[in-house]
Parts: sequence; structure tokens; C-alpha cells
Amino acid sequence: MRQSNLYIILYAAAITIVCGGALALASQGLKPLQDANVELERKQSILTTVLPLKKGDDINALYAARVKESVIDFQGKVKEGLKASDIDVAKEYKKKPEERLLPLYEFRDQTDLTKVNNVVLPVYGFGLWNDIWGFVALQADLNTIQGVSFQHKGETPGLGARISSEEIQDRFKGKSIFDADVLKSVFIQKGEGNDYSNDPHKVDGISGATLTAKGVNNMFVDYFTCYKNYLKKNQSTITQNL
Amino acid sequence: MSTEIAEVVEKKSEPLFSKKNKKLITNPLDIDNPITVQVLGVCSALAVTTQMMPALVMAIALLVVTASSNVIISLLRNTIPSRIRIIVQLAIVSLWVIMVDQLLKAYVYEVWKQLSVFVGLIITNCIVMGRLEAFAMGNKPGPSLLDGLGNGFGYGLILLLVGFFRELFGGGSIFGFKVFEALGINYTGNGLLLLPAGACIIVGIIIWVQRSINGFREAH
Repeated sequence: MRQSNLYIILYAAAITIVCGGALALASQGLKPLQDANVELERKQSILTTVLPLKKGDDINALYAARVKESVIDFQGKVKEGLKASDIDVAKEYKKKPEERLLPLYEFRDQTDLTKVNNVVLPVYGFGLWNDIWGFVALQADLNTIQGVSFQHKGETPGLGARISSEEIQDRFKGKSIFDADVLKSVFIQKGEGNDYSNDPHKVDGISGATLTAKGVNNMFVDYFTCYKNYLKKNQSTITQNL
Repeated sequence: MSTEIAEVVEKKSEPLFSKKNKKLITNPLDIDNPITVQVLGVCSALAVTTQMMPALVMAIALLVVTASSNVIISLLRNTIPSRIRIIVQLAIVSLWVIMVDQLLKAYVYEVWKQLSVFVGLIITNCIVMGRLEAFAMGNKPGPSLLDGLGNGFGYGLILLLVGFFRELFGGGSIFGFKVFEALGINYTGNGLLLLPAGACIIVGIIIWVQRSINGFREAH
């Protein structure tokens, strides 16, 4: 009986249904917790670009108090009625730059909540093996980089994966993306250990990760172009308010 | 073949912690260790042991998967059609692995990110499939549970041992606590230990020490 084809087919079907059902239940039951983790990570990545986070900081509270989210389009106009947290940057990345919905995060001053200290932009691109993404915080002049944070899906450990380390991310601090009125972006150079402190558009390279660095450079050009209209439009108004 | 073993064991009714069953737990810790003696599951032992925290979580994950898969397969062993038994085993193992993966993602997100693909790869870990095929298919749930736990502990023991040396001498800390800094010693981490090659060397040394203690001789 145990060897008959019918028994085998029914047995396989039963195992599939039971296992599938159990997994579906688990996945549905744990989804709220998992989504909360992903959301917390997003908030954390945004905050790390503008200030050093300590262990035990209440990220949700800090975020709610000081970050104002909005969504803009390629022209730099604010899209009303859309929430930045609902925008899937990975999905928008696949569209043409002109058609993307662009989330924008304003980091407000601790005492004066009307004052914008930093503007944080999401960036998304492709490294050597898989997607890379992150956030870039600009200072109130909408030109100088306050800080960056990168994450990756599958860059080579020890080489390209170093983009997610503080050591590499710190190299971007203080660099500028505009030269007068022209968008120049920031480029990671080839070769490591060179001093680029005098050049506001160049960043020391990552040895053995030239292609991942190229991915980061392309990602920057791509997204700074997307936000260019907004940045140029607001550069004057925000500076006046300082 | 599997039914023969089943009969032999099932004829005797023995307490769960009989002398023979206790061996199911203790043997994999030493003379039948899955990593150092059977040389199974080495890939993940190299990959997740740069720090002790991920090593510990990985060890617990594997322990849960081997123990629970062993019990389920043992309960089902008399109903599983032998022609599709490997597929059934694989389905049960995958079930538990995905469960563990989902739980880790929900409760220890940071560690889950660090372990990344390796939890998923427990499915292909030879220790799990090996125990199912060699033990759970022919034994009662009780001993199967002990066998699963024993092999999980044996794997975890080596993982933690390797993780201890790699984190201490590679990064100067234990479970993230900066040991040398606390002792006031200026220590520069040995980068080799953080590379997979460093883990290979440590596993090799462990095997060497273990074999000299147990008086192991290679069969010629």
C-alpha cells in the first residue's frame, strides 16, 4: 500500500498543504513585527546621516519629533497627499528619472522646529553584484554633504561591502555636489590612500572595489539629477531663512 | 534496511535517558562531532564565526532545526513512502528553516541581517539531512530528539569555540565586549583570523587537539 502511486501522490499533496499552510500562517503572523524592523532600520539609516546615534536612543521618537517627510517630483514640486514612507524607492528606481516619485526628509533643528538643518535624500543604484542604496544628507546650503549611509545586498565582503562601513562613509563628509550653479556630484576615485581633502568633488577610493565605487558614483549622478530642480529652487530660499 | 533498525530499537522499551540514549547527546560533542569528526557543515562554520553573537544564533537555529525535524520525521517514519522519503525530509527541513528565518527576522533583525543566506542554507546542511536519514527514519521520537539535540550541541560547541578565538584575537572582543581595552592592553587585531582562512586554521587546530586527546589513528 505504501508503495502505490496513489498513496505517494496523496502523501506528497498532504505534506505540501500542511507545510505551506503552516508557513503562510507564520509569515502572516510575524509580518507586523518584521515590517516594524524594516521601518526602524529606514529611520535609523536616515538619522545616522545627520547625527551620531548612541545605543539606546529612541529612534522612533527622535524621528517623529525632528524629521518631516514629503514627496516631490522631478520638477521639484511637492506632491500633496503622498507619504514618503509609502514610496518604494527600489520600485521608483526602475522608472525614468522624470517619472519618479522622490521622497524627501527634512531634519529640523532641536529647538526651532521651523528651521531645516539638513535635507536627506534617498539614493538607489546597482553595485557590482546587486542593488545598493542609502541616504545622503545635505547641509542647509543644499550643497555640502553632511553625511551618507549606504547599504548593499550582495557586494563582496571585505571589498565592495566596505561601502556600508563608517570608515568609507565618513570620507564623504564636507564634500560638495554643486560647483557654483553646475551639478558636479561626488566621485569615488580609483586607488586608495590618496588625499583629496582639497577637492570637494573627489573621494578617496576603495582598494579592490572599483566597480562597486563606480556603482556608487552612478547612483549619485542619477539621484542628484532627479533632485537637482528641487535643490536649485530651494537653495536661495532656505539660505535666506538661516 | 531502515525497518530493520526500527525493529531492533522498538522491541526494547527503555527509559528516555538510558545509558545508550545519553550517548546520543554526548557522542556528538566529542568522538562523533559533526564538524571535527564527520566534517559536515564546515561551510557555515567558517562563514558565521567572525563574531560570537552570530555564531551563537546560528548554533541555536541549527539546534532547533535538527531537533524538530528529527522528531517530525521520526513520528512520520512509518507512513513515509520510501520512494519519496528524501523529498519529504527536505520539505520538513525547509519548513523549520523558513520558520526559524522568519522568527529571526521578526525578533533579532540585526543578527538576521548578519546571518543572511546562511540560515537558509541550513536546508542543505549535511548534518540535518544526515541525521534524518541515518537516525530519525529508524528510531522513535524520543531518541531522535536526543540525537538531534546532541548533534546541534556538537555543531554549536565548535561554532562557539571557533567564534571565541576569531573574535578575541581577530577583533579583540567577546560578544562585542572589548576585552583587551578593558584590561588596558593595547592589542591590534589579527586580520587573518577574520578571514575564512583563519577559521580553517582554527578548525584544523581543534581537530588536531581532539585527535591527540582521543588517540585517533588514521586507518590505513
